[in-house]
Parts: sequence; C-alpha cells; structure tokens
Amino acid sequence: MKIYVPGDSAAISVGADAVAAAIASKVAGSTIIRNGSRGALWLEPMVEVETDKGRVAYGPVSVEDIDSLITADFMHGGAHKLSLGESEKIEWLASQDRVTFKRVGIIDPLSLADYEAHGGLVGLRRAISMSTEAIVEEVKESGVRGRGGAGFPAGIKWKTVADAVSDQKYICCNADEGDSGTFADRMLIEGDPYTLIEGMTIAAIAVGATEGIVYLRSEYPYAIKILQKAIDIAHAFGWLGSSVLGSKHAFELKIRVGAGSYVCGEETAMLESIEGKRGVVRAKPPLPALEGLFGKPTVINNVLTLSTIPAVMADGAAAYKARGVGRSLGTQVFQLAGNTKRGGIVEKPFGISIEEVVNGYGGGTLSGAPIRAVQVGGPLGAYFGIDKFETSLDYESMLAAGGMLGHGGLVVFDDSVDLAQQARFAMSFCALESCGKCTPCRIGSTRGVETIDLIIQGVKVDENKKLLLDLCEVMTDGSLCAMGGLTPMPVKSAMINFPEDFTGEVSRR
Amino acid sequence: MTMIHEHDFGTPASKKSEQVSLEIDGKSVTVPADTSIMRAASMAGIDIPKLCSTDRLKAFGSCRLCVIQVDGRNGTPSSCTTPVADGMKVVTQSEKLDRLRKGVMELYLSDHPAECATGDECEVHGVAKKIGITESRYAATSTHLDIAKDESNPYFTFDSTECIVCNRCVRACDEVQGTFALTIENRGFEARVSSSGTSFMESECVSCGACVQACPTGALTEKTLLTIGAPTSSVITTCAYCGVGCSFKAEMRGDKLVRMVPLKDGGANEGHSCVKGRFAYGYATHSDRITKPMIRNAITDPWKEVSWEEAISFAATGLKKIQAESGRNAIGGITSSRCTNEEVFVVQKMVRAAFANNNVDTCARVCHSPTGYGLGQAFGTSAGTQDFESVEHSDVILLIGANPTSAHPVFASRMKKALRKGAQLIVVDPRVIALVRTPGVVAAHHLQLMPGTNVAVINALAHVIVTEGLAKRDFIDARCEEKSFKEWEAFISLPENSPEVLEASSRVPAEEIRKAARLFASAPNGSIYYGLGVTEHSQGSTMVMGIANLAMVTGNIGRKGVGVNPLRGQNNVQGSCDMGSFPHELPGYRHISNADTRKIFNDKWGVTLDSEPGMRIPNMFDAALAGNYRGLYVHGEDIAQSDPNTSHVHAALRAMDMVIVQDLFLNETSKFAHVFLPGTSFLEKDGTFTNAERRINRVRPVMKSATGKSEYEVTCDLSTAMGYPMSYGSGAEIMDEIAATTPTFAGVSFKKLDEVGSLQWPCNEANPDGTPTMHLETFMRGLGQFMRTPYVATDEKATRKFPLLLTTGRVLSQYNVGAQTRRTANNIWHTEDILDLHESDAQLRGVTDGSWVKLSSRVGETIMRARITDEVPAGVVYTTFHFPESGANVITTDFSDWATNCPEYKVTAVEITPSAQGPGAMVETHIDGDVQLASIIRMANQIAANFPATDAPEVKMAHHIVQFWTPVMIERLHKDVDKSLLSPIALKALEVMLVAK
Repeated sequence: MKIYVPGDSAAISVGADAVAAAIASKVAGSTIIRNGSRGALWLEPMVEVETDKGRVAYGPVSVEDIDSLITADFMHGGAHKLSLGESEKIEWLASQDRVTFKRVGIIDPLSLADYEAHGGLVGLRRAISMSTEAIVEEVKESGVRGRGGAGFPAGIKWKTVADAVSDQKYICCNADEGDSGTFADRMLIEGDPYTLIEGMTIAAIAVGATEGIVYLRSEYPYAIKILQKAIDIAHAFGWLGSSVLGSKHAFELKIRVGAGSYVCGEETAMLESIEGKRGVVRAKPPLPALEGLFGKPTVINNVLTLSTIPAVMADGAAAYKARGVGRSLGTQVFQLAGNTKRGGIVEKPFGISIEEVVNGYGGGTLSGAPIRAVQVGGPLGAYFGIDKFETSLDYESMLAAGGMLGHGGLVVFDDSVDLAQQARFAMSFCALESCGKCTPCRIGSTRGVETIDLIIQGVKVDENKKLLLDLCEVMTDGSLCAMGGLTPMPVKSAMINFPEDFTGEVSRR
Repeated sequence: MTMIHEHDFGTPASKKSEQVSLEIDGKSVTVPADTSIMRAASMAGIDIPKLCSTDRLKAFGSCRLCVIQVDGRNGTPSSCTTPVADGMKVVTQSEKLDRLRKGVMELYLSDHPAECATGDECEVHGVAKKIGITESRYAATSTHLDIAKDESNPYFTFDSTECIVCNRCVRACDEVQGTFALTIENRGFEARVSSSGTSFMESECVSCGACVQACPTGALTEKTLLTIGAPTSSVITTCAYCGVGCSFKAEMRGDKLVRMVPLKDGGANEGHSCVKGRFAYGYATHSDRITKPMIRNAITDPWKEVSWEEAISFAATGLKKIQAESGRNAIGGITSSRCTNEEVFVVQKMVRAAFANNNVDTCARVCHSPTGYGLGQAFGTSAGTQDFESVEHSDVILLIGANPTSAHPVFASRMKKALRKGAQLIVVDPRVIALVRTPGVVAAHHLQLMPGTNVAVINALAHVIVTEGLAKRDFIDARCEEKSFKEWEAFISLPENSPEVLEASSRVPAEEIRKAARLFASAPNGSIYYGLGVTEHSQGSTMVMGIANLAMVTGNIGRKGVGVNPLRGQNNVQGSCDMGSFPHELPGYRHISNADTRKIFNDKWGVTLDSEPGMRIPNMFDAALAGNYRGLYVHGEDIAQSDPNTSHVHAALRAMDMVIVQDLFLNETSKFAHVFLPGTSFLEKDGTFTNAERRINRVRPVMKSATGKSEYEVTCDLSTAMGYPMSYGSGAEIMDEIAATTPTFAGVSFKKLDEVGSLQWPCNEANPDGTPTMHLETFMRGLGQFMRTPYVATDEKATRKFPLLLTTGRVLSQYNVGAQTRRTANNIWHTEDILDLHESDAQLRGVTDGSWVKLSSRVGETIMRARITDEVPAGVVYTTFHFPESGANVITTDFSDWATNCPEYKVTAVEITPSAQGPGAMVETHIDGDVQLASIIRMANQIAANFPATDAPEVKMAHHIVQFWTPVMIERLHKDVDKSLLSPIALKALEVMLVAK
C-alpha cells in the first residue's frame, strides 16, 4: 500500500516528517513515499493514498489526525473531514497547466523508474538523436525565456555559447533563489530533481559543454541533499559521466553551495562565488556567454528555465509555444505568498491576470482584511494596488505597468500595510545585500533608507521626496547590476501607486 | 624644473591590430579594436570623469561616473567597460549624464571628508569640481569618517576615512603586484578596503607601493607627502637597487625628495616598483654619509679629513711608489656594478691607461661572470636574450636558482602575471621558494635538487629531450653548428646523463625530471630565467652552457616568449661587464689579446695597452698574500663583506700598502683602507645604468653632489695625478667615447636616450632603435654552439665534521651587503640574518626555533639566529649576508667556478651547534702558506676536469689558461707547482702550452 507524504521542505516545516513517522508506525504494511509537494501549500502536509480509483488526498494532516484517519480507513480512500477527494480532481490543481512542474508532487523524486514512467528522459533521448544546431534551434523556436527574472530568450543565449570557440564550456544553473516570496526552484529540485539534471544535460550537449555546476543556496539543505543524491544516481545509471546515455557526449555535474548572499543570485556575482571569490558583480561586457566561469563560455540559466527544457524537447517547440501571449510564450510558474488564503505554486500560461492569481487562486487574504497591495517579482518588484489587478502577468505587460515579472513571485498584503515602510524595506534590503562594488548601490541604498526615514518623520517631505526620486534615477541608470538598478522599482511604485503613504503625516488613513 | 605628468587613459591599451572608427561627441576617432570608449575618448582629448579606472588596471566599472550614451543602445553604460565598435556614435556630455554624474558624486561626497589631508592629490574633490558640484544634499547619518588611521607601515598611511572603495588598491595588489594582500571586507555600505583583516604591517603586504600609486584619494599616502608636502618638480631617473632597473619619477619639493614614483613609461617596470626602489632611498641622505675625503698612513690610525687635492695626491703617490718598487702590475682596481656605465668606463680606462696594466675586475666576478663566459661560448655575447616583457608570451617558464619575488620583485610580478594567465612553471631550486606555491601560482614541477648538482639536472633534462626525440631538429639544423650538435648529442645521450643515473647525485626523482623535460620541450614558447643559484658554483659556467644547450635543443631562441635570461643582481652588473671591467676584455666583450681592438683604444687614448689579461679579484687577493700586489682602488664595492672566505679577503687587504675606497659609507672594506674618497648616491649621478635586459636607462641628477664632485671626476683626478691626464665635462661626453670605441654601443648617446627613454644594446647602424630580442635570425657568433657539459661534483662535500650544506640568498627588504637598505626603515622587516634549517636537522642538534646557533665551516665560524622551516630540505641550511654583524661570508670558502673564479657561495659544508649567546662572534681562520700556489693547483685541476675527456681536453685547457690567466700565474704553474699534485690532463696541458710557446 503506497502512501505519499511530501518530503518537501514546505511540507516538513508544517509537520510532514512527524506525520510520515506516525503513519509508518501505525499503518502496518504501508510503503511511505516522500514525494515532492504538489504546491497547494495551504493543504500541507497533504497525504495521498494510492487506491483503485487513483490517488486520494487528505490535508492538511497533523499527527493528531492519524488515528481518526485510520479509523476512517483512509488507506482505502475512506471519507474523513480532511478528505480532498481524488488528487487529480482538486480544482486548484486541476485548473493549472503544469508543464515545468508536471511531475512535481506526483513522482518519487529519486526514483529513476518513476521519472521515466512519467515521461522523463524522453527529451534528452531526442536531443541525443539530433544535431546540436537542431537542439539550439528547437529551444529558440519554443520561445523559452529566462525564468530568473531578466526574461532573455534561452535559445539565443545558447546559440552564443554554442558558437563560441573554446576548449572548455560550462553550464551553470542558478539555484540561488533569494527573492522573498519565491520557492519554485526549491520545490522543483526537491520534487523532481532529474528534470533539472536532464535540462542541464540537454543544454550541455547543445552548446558543447562538458561540465555543469548548480549554484544552490545554503538555505536549502534538503534540496542540496536530494539533488546530490539524484546526481549520484544519474551518474551510476550512466546518464551523467563520460558518455551520456551511451552517447559520445560527456557531462559532469556538481553542486556548489552558496554562502548566504542575495547578490550571488546575480549571474556574474554567482560566477565569482563559484570561482571561490567574493560574490561581487562583474561589469558586462564581456558577456558570460563568451567569458563566463573561469573566463570560458558559459550558459547561465535559472532552475525553472533549465527544467522547462525537457518538456520542450519531449513535446516539441510548437506544443510549448502554443501557450502564452505575445512574446511571453509557454507557462510561468507563479509563486503565491504573503498574506494569502491559498498560497503555493500556480503554473499557468503567461497572460493570466494578477486578479486571477491573487483572488482566484489565492482566495483573498489569510487575515480576511481587504487586499491593499501585491508585490510582483520579488523584493525588487513593483507594488500594485487593486486598480492594477487586471494587468496581464507577462513580461511586456508588467513592464508597461511599471513593474516586472521577475522570478514569478507574488506577495499579498492586506490593508494594514504601510507602503512607505515597504519602500524603506526595499532600500534597506539593498543596503544589506549590496555587494558594495558600484557607488549608486553601495552608498545610495543607505542614503535611500535615511531619506525615506526623513519622509516618514515628516522632515522636509517635498525636498526629500525629490531627493529620493533623484536617487532612484541614479540607482536605476547608474548601478552596475539589477540589484541597485531595480531597487527603485518597489520604491517608486510605492510612491506612485500609494502616494498617500508618503505625506509625512503619521495618521494618513 | 616642472612636474612630469603622465596622462592616464583610464584603461589599458588594446593589443589588437584591427582598427575601429567611431564618433565621440561628433569627433571621429580611430582606435584599435577592444579599446574602451573611455580610452578612445581620452586619446581624442575628451576626458570623461572617472575615479575607479586607471590605465594600469583592467576596467572595473564601479564608480559609475564615466557613464555615456550610445546611439541606438539603451541605458547609460560605463565607458571604461564598454568597448568601441565600428560606426558607434557616443555622447559623453548630456543633461541626463550630467544628472547621473552629479548624483553619483553627491553620494561620494556624503561619505568623504570635506577637506582632504593631501589636498589636490585627492581626485574626489578634483572630479567633483570638474562636474560642477561641491556639496551633497543628503543628511548622511551613517558615514565612515571616524575610522582610525593605519600607520603601521613605515612608508605609507592608510586612512580609511578618505577611501572611496574604488578597489584600485586591491586590484593593483592583485593585477600588478600579484600578492593578493588586500581585499574588501564586508559588503554594501560597510564594504571597506582591508589588508586582510589585520594591519598593513601584519598582513601579507610587501610594500611595493602599487596600492599607494593606484589610490585616487589620500587614503593610501606616502608619509613623506604628508611631512614634506606636495612635490613641485620631478626628474626621471633609474633605481639603483637590483638589475631590473626600474624607471622612476623623483618628485621633489625644492631640494627635498618627496617620493619616488614608478614611471608608467619605464620600459623595465611599466609603472611598477618594489619596496626598495619605491621607498628605501633614505640612505642617500643618511647621516652616515661621508662627504669629505679622508686619509691615514696605517689602517690602525684614525681617519683624517683632508682636501680633495691632498687625498688624490696621497693616493697617487702611494700607488706610484708601489709601482716603482714592485712593478706596474702590483696595483689594480675594482669597478662597481652599482655605479654608472660612465663611471665604470672611466675606472677601467684609468687602470688600463694610467696604471698601465689590465688588473681591473668588477664585483660581477662574484655573481655573473659565468654568464659572460657561458653565453659568450654558446651565443657569442654575454647578455640575456630577451626583454622583460617577453615573459608574458611564455608558455612554460623554467626558473633555475633564482628567487625573483625577493631579489627581482618587479620582474617577479610580470612573471606571476604570465603564470596567472596560464603559463606553466618549472622551478629548479634546493629551497621551496615563494613561486613554488603563492597566491595565483602553483609550479607544475619543483625539481628540489641538492646544492651543487645543477649540471646533473640540466644534463638529465637535455638527455630526456634528446633521447625521447623531442629535440627541435629544424631549429638546430638552421641555427646551430652541426658538428657541435652531433658531438653534444652523442655526449648527452650517454646513459651517465640519464635522470635515472643522475638521481643519485641530484636527489631529484627521475620521473619528475622526465615530466618536466617533456613539458618544457612541448611548449610553443619555453623560456629560461636564472640567477646566482646557477652561477655561484664550481660549475657555474658549465651550467650556463647547459642552459644555452637546453634553449637551443628546444628551439627557444630568437623570438618573444623564449630565451635565456640571467637575472642580474645589481643595478649595473650588465653595464659594468659591458664597459670592459674584466681583466681579459675591453668594452664590448673583446679580448685584450686582439690587436685590432687594442688599436682602437690605443689610438683614442694615446697609450699602448698591455695585451696580457690582468688579475681577477681572487687572483689579486692571492697575489697580495704572495707580496706582489700592494695597491688597490675599490670603487663602490664592499669586498670585505661580500666576498667569500672573509679570513682570506681580510688577510689580503691587510697585506696591501695602499687601499683606496670610494663609497658612500665607511664600509667594511674601508677598515683596511688608507684613502677614503666619498662617493655620490644615484640621486646625484649623471649617467646611465644597463639592466638585465640590456636596457640602457638614464640616471639623472635630482640633487647636487654632496661631495662637490662627481665620481668620474674623482677618478679622472686620480688618473691625472698618476700621470695620465683625464677629464670629461659631462656623463654625455663619456658615453660618446664609449659609443666611438664600442660597436654594440655605437648608436647610443644621452641625446637619443633623452628622446626615446631607453635603448637595448646592440644599438648601432644595424639596430638604430636597439634590440629587444637578440639572435633573431642568427646568433651574435653566427651559428649557435653546443658545448658538452660533463657533470663534475664539487669538492665541497658534506663530511662527518661538516655534514650540512649551506646555501645563501637574499630577502626582499634587504639588498646585498645591506649598506643601503640597513640605513632605511626596511630594517623593520629583516633586522638580522637568519639561519634556516629543517626540523629534523634542528631536532638532531637540539636547536629550537629562534635560538642562537653557531655555524661553522672549515674556514670560519659565526653565530646567528635559527629558524626552523620546511623551505629547506633536511641536510640543507640557508642564510643571507645582509648584515656585517653576522658575517655569513666568514663561513663561505674560496672554492670557485672553474672557468671564471666566480665563488661557490651556494655550497659550503657546515655544522650547526646550539649557542648560548649571539649574534656575531665571528672567528676567522689564520691564513698562511703559499695561498697563490694552492689556488693555482686547485684551479688547474678543476679546469682539467671540466673539458670532455674524449676530445683532447689538454688542448682546450691550455687555450683556456692562456686566455684568462695572468702571465705570472702561468709562470708559477710551470715553475713552482709540484707536478705530482696535478691531474694527468693538467700535466698534458702544461706540455701543450710549452710547445705553443
């Protein structure tokens, strides 16, 4: 009898380990599988049981519920107050369009058999049968864009690396998922690590790289453990190593654990960190695609980008790009967090509105108070009020609205939020995480905090608001990387969309 | 005089040949591809504001003041990091850019002192003024304006309050110096420059000054700038320390030297420096300087200050008296490798023309004389084949018996740069020198041989290359003598030269030798650099020839990135040799026996030169003890401290009747002198130095002579008093005479040097702009000559009584006998000579780290402090000879190179015992018996052993002796030597010489 209890960090954080242990001790003959989380985080720990009609879900399950679940014969899908019905029919999940996350939560993360049974390795096998040019062409054709935030077309980046002449090339996966309110990279690695490995292997074959590095943040100990096991298994299986699945291609994969710096998620700072140096941003050019890790041509893609590649290769570019709107093709893995009733992973084609995610999937705030603002795209993303909720979540529309999609995180705030404090937080976050290389970010962020403090205190409000806007321009146009360059986005969006919070008066509402 | 300002283009020059045209502010500009927009603009006369960029360092892009706009491109990229592109249209001035720059500057000013201690030296205020902003609007509650200064370094301060975290110092330490001592601590607003978490003094910092030079603010400042004030004039001159010969701007305020700033335009150093040249010049004005002539009748008498006239007359009378009593060969002179070419030329001229003999030698005798002999034999001239820049084109570097990070630091930085770029390094050294493993550098092979076995290692390397078919036949066929190659090939292929056989002597694992040989042979460009660890051996000359063989057999001669490169110890070793300082050679390495050469000088000088070689320095000592050498003029060399077997040197000096010392200080030799002639420091000289890459650099006076005379003037006065009138109006006039008499210098003049900065000889009609790389198409001698190099173990062997081998070297902060550096704050780093030994040797003898030990050899003993280290292997100990108190040369013997008598400083059998007290307490041995005869026998047998036994060695030996020995020595060899003490080959050579007569 197979019982699924997620081994994902989010599930563990709400007691999944204890639940798994309790079931193991109380349900004789059970085989417990620690799958990834399906992403409906408010239902975690979500326990699933394999029955004749498929998997049946219960959640959120606590240790105290186990006895009553046993009494209700949950092992055979018996009814219980925590019953969620057949897993596949849970509306919140069933209404999504899972491409990148299609196996997450479903399979045993480290079972290669399970992986293959659910369509794994199809893309890689197809890639091996193709010319490297054709792989790059297929990825270009699919329209997949970088999911890390910048949205640069992956195929074009790959082409640059493929065309570069060098004795050594690298694939670097950026898994330094530092944006507040984002967790998709982690959930994918913990729930379906082979997909990332497959995506990186395809990238390596396509551009002629033989070494890959996953830069994985130290704050993700479970992900590190699972990915390392997956790499070891893939190696033993003959997928990684001197001959990928028996082909002429060689590919070795390693994990490099970060050391707690947000800016190391910036691609060039990440390269410095992998090289063993201080995590400091490099000036571009040279592009990392031409002179990246150790000065060699390097593909740097985010976990979600690389993990989307197996699906693109398995189903073809046409199937992928049939989804989405405009130049934002395929699906985006949205991560809904903050003050929300139903947080988690929402994978939908680009073009879904903020409203549909925040109120549709999220169901409003957890506190029950009205939503006042949503920050889209991480700590450097813009704050939107409900008047902007019809905005389509795609790269171009977000840009037009003065924001960005970033890594796809949406953080919900109710009406108790003070946007001046949030603007201050943006500056202080930058001050805390700035690498300290360029002047606008290094000094500007601290001056930003000080200036917003004066505004909050009501000191020379108009003068300081002007100074703050001037500073925002210097940081936006003068900073070396996106860290300093985007910090003004939450600040300015807060000032523009919520001017009433910047009057310097204590009781503004 | 005015200040020399070197323009800063912001980023380094591109090395691309392809040209790109673009428009900057409407101006058309054509520059090499990959040039930064900043540099292109600067070349067009458009100065874009900047703080973090400087053309000595790679673009960094952190200050964001140099932002620009490019037509058709988004944003405002930094011009330092953005390369030019064809057809690009760049705008460097606009409202937008002005706003950004002011905004950035406002941020800088919000965390910077309103006034800086160094005034205009601080570029922050300068740039702020330029972009039209003086104040910041920010309330700025957090600042870094209360951080304490780091004054720990004796030469510069670090004031973090003025620091703008531009990273120029950190980058200079990394990119230029290659020490990686500096870093940025913390991040964001708290990011601060740090000498790795400790004070500068406690850190890895080597005080090269690159960070001070790079700093755009007053954060890193020379202390003299703060105490003396801003300089008002500057003069370009050349450092007087090692053979790298760095160019500096001597920056003056009135008659006070404020600081020495390395010259970006300097061919040898390209703007870099080391702690000695940059900071340790204080000796030049030290109170120990003697500025008045002094005389005394006996060395036990006190000195008496006299007029120049009296001193010169006293000296000349003494010398003339000796010649009258003991013959014209009873006196001689020693030229100085610290002095200018012009001063050296005049001294050797005085000896040859006024003393009427060839008893002139130079301190190069004790350092690089084997280079002269070895490279002369193989290539036809005594000089390194490359310029320093060449090392940056090397793929594999073979470094033998040299420790550049200590002894040639500025060149070491270049080498490290090449190594960081991917060149491979093979180190041949008994010690674990820094380059074996240092930040950014890991040697591919360290062949850790026993001292004295160089030739075994070089032969084994060549054996592998020849027998494994790795020889570059095309090169050999085209460039080398076929016969000499065939003979050498047969010789080197003998099993006795295999690494497996020679491992027993050298203790280098055969497999390691084979791997290193393959690596070197496979390099597209393989270069060899060596130091005194090659020359100061009983087979020093053999080793130099072995090195030349290795370069030829691998085809590594005649282009950039290859070559044979002796790293010269003193600033003008190359020059003093070039200038005819050797007793057998006239200027330009022409043998004294050559009548055509003599005629040039006879005609010019109006004399008849002696055609027989004169005495080498050790011959002089032997002859003095034999009673037939009684007068010596020592120019700027401290033989009593620097020459081996101090007992022997002191006894010889005591035996002389007229010792004239010309120096800055009362050095050790002056204790045996009758006349002291005060010398001038390099800051007072007008002349040239020639560095290890044959680069002739100008030495310009930055202050007037402290003695009232130039040194060549004093030499001329002595010559005149001796009866041969000499006088020159300027250094330039002397150089003109050198050029007129010496073909390799024919195209050199002060005028030309002032125009082009420097020239590498040969500089003549064929090479009017000098010769950066030698032997391009053919060797100086035509075809390269392979010389057979049998390995002959030194007689200096570890014994039961003296079971350890002592080898000697240098440290970074001190220089040679320390006469200069000991009179500067450099003592902070190295206050005494230390004896390094391995833990196992220490334990065996009950020696603890830091304790006093007695060091003894068969010729003397001394006491110094021990340091237990794994930098030396068991069985080998190491020390320096920078301090007269420790007198390391009391220990070293007068064993020497068979061909040139270069002392075997690098191998002395010693024993160590714990000592209750120290330091010093030197014990000299009594010298008696016929020292000269003993030397003649030892030298004859040594020469006999060093020619291949299969090929009429007696003929070669006879030829060698006639070429290099004085007639007196040859006569004693025939007449006085007990023939039973000579080897069979030596005996046969005597017969050959008799027949030839």
